[in-house]
Amino acid sequence: MDLDEDEDSTSRITSPGESIISSQAFMRGHGTYLEKDQVVSSVAGTIERVNRLVSVKAIRARKGIFCVTYIPEVGDLVVGRVTEVAARRWKVHINARQDSVLMLGSVNLPGGIQRRKLESDELQMRTFFEEGDLLVAEIQQIMGDGGSSLHTRSLKYGKLRNGMLEIVPSALVRRLKSHFFSLPCGVDIILGLNGFIWIMKHVKDHEQLGEQGFDAEAVYSNQNDDIDQATRGSIARTANIIRVLSKAFVPLTDAILADAYEWFMEQEGSSDVKSILNDEMADQLVAAVTARA
Amino acid sequence: MGSRVEILNDGGYRSDGRRQYELRDILIDLTPQGSADGSAQVSHGLTTVLVNVFGPREPRLRSQSLHDRANINVEVLIAPFSTSEHRKRNRGDKRILEFAASIRETFEPVILTNLYPRSQIDIYVQILQQDGGVLQTCINATTLALVTAGIAVKDYVAAVTCGVHSTSPLLDLTNIEESDLPHLTLATIPRTGKVTLVTMETRLHIDRFEAMMRLAKDAGAVVAQEMKVAVKTRTEDLVKSMGGATEGAKLTEEE
Repeated sequence: MDLDEDEDSTSRITSPGESIISSQAFMRGHGTYLEKDQVVSSVAGTIERVNRLVSVKAIRARKGIFCVTYIPEVGDLVVGRVTEVAARRWKVHINARQDSVLMLGSVNLPGGIQRRKLESDELQMRTFFEEGDLLVAEIQQIMGDGGSSLHTRSLKYGKLRNGMLEIVPSALVRRLKSHFFSLPCGVDIILGLNGFIWIMKHVKDHEQLGEQGFDAEAVYSNQNDDIDQATRGSIARTANIIRVLSKAFVPLTDAILADAYEWFMEQEGSSDVKSILNDEMADQLVAAVTARA
Repeated sequence: MGSRVEILNDGGYRSDGRRQYELRDILIDLTPQGSADGSAQVSHGLTTVLVNVFGPREPRLRSQSLHDRANINVEVLIAPFSTSEHRKRNRGDKRILEFAASIRETFEPVILTNLYPRSQIDIYVQILQQDGGVLQTCINATTLALVTAGIAVKDYVAAVTCGVHSTSPLLDLTNIEESDLPHLTLATIPRTGKVTLVTMETRLHIDRFEAMMRLAKDAGAVVAQEMKVAVKTRTEDLVKSMGGATEGAKLTEEE
């Protein structure tokens, strides 16, 4: 019993089990499989074609591009959480299909010393990263099975502290020139491409990147610095703004966040950091930001 | 026998007014639920099942990770208010575990698990109302939830319950009919005619079996068509709301 007989195989929208075209003339791409000389769709979505490559792009849930899992690519900057300490490696949750691997050999040790291949190093792994720690890293490599490995071999990468995490759909974070930036309000933001966003107290320029005053020992510290009330307010406001924008599905960039923060500070009641979360205010913010962009 | 409900009366009608081969109303709701990657709520008459699919994601336990394909995990929850007798079953109940296992086995050959190595697909089945044909509703809802989650599947799986009253087969049984008649549940891939699941918990005369299989297979095609229409409509709506951002390619053999 063939239900597809009456289906037009050239229509743009397809669903699993519908044959798209003969595999003699075309190659199969993502979202398809081969069955008896036919390229057959395996997901519900739109048919896409590049030359002789036919693929089906799955169309999913809210707003169509709400992609829940993140697909890692080499060079992506991600924020993740350590889930497991294993032999010579950490497992890091980055919202992808599989947890990413951070090898002991691909982290900077405090003070930039060379790693000695000693057992003592492996036994001390928990002094660098423990389960539950947040870190910022770069995707170093993609494995054949879709897994990935990370590295933190830059002074910009490493353990995160002095701030809070906000999670948004990964589709909202586009690839930018830099994913680290400071807002004028004294808050630093790290936009992870996996949709994890770290909002933290501003790090003064002279304390950055191994210059004088840079505390090498603090790289793996678990202790927050003192954060004053005003900074805490700014961090919370930024986090709430991100929450509102992601709900309205506005792509996040430094300019948009700075604009949104400025707009919020001009409003009455901005001293109450929660006020932005009420629907009326949230709608106004979204309207203001999208109008300016 | 006087107090018993008449399963099929002289006029050829069943206790709820349907004919022999008539299916109950099918309601399909594909609204996203919470943080689930895909969800579907399906009703066959008064039987309602909600399925949420999560994943593919990192397996909860290392031992569940398979190096060459995804692990499928099915958990079934029967709401205490789903039947007239409010009985709380715990998740360790052997009947529920077996039920979950039969759903998993139905979908293992259908999901392209080799595309998602070392990951896990979680299927959470919630039975909200029971009035016969619970397994068929679970399977149909799971198919739709998997499709909405964007997980690669070979085809739609459609399930239908079929019973037999003396020599006349009946489709899509209600609770009353299920408790009186020998019945089987059949899950098929209508396009290829492959059967992914047949279960029967009652005794049945061997001569009746073939006719029931044929009938259930034909009915499966009808149910699958219904499901396809629902998915197509939703996909079209989503594409439209994206402003046709993805231009679908027109394909012709001549090019």
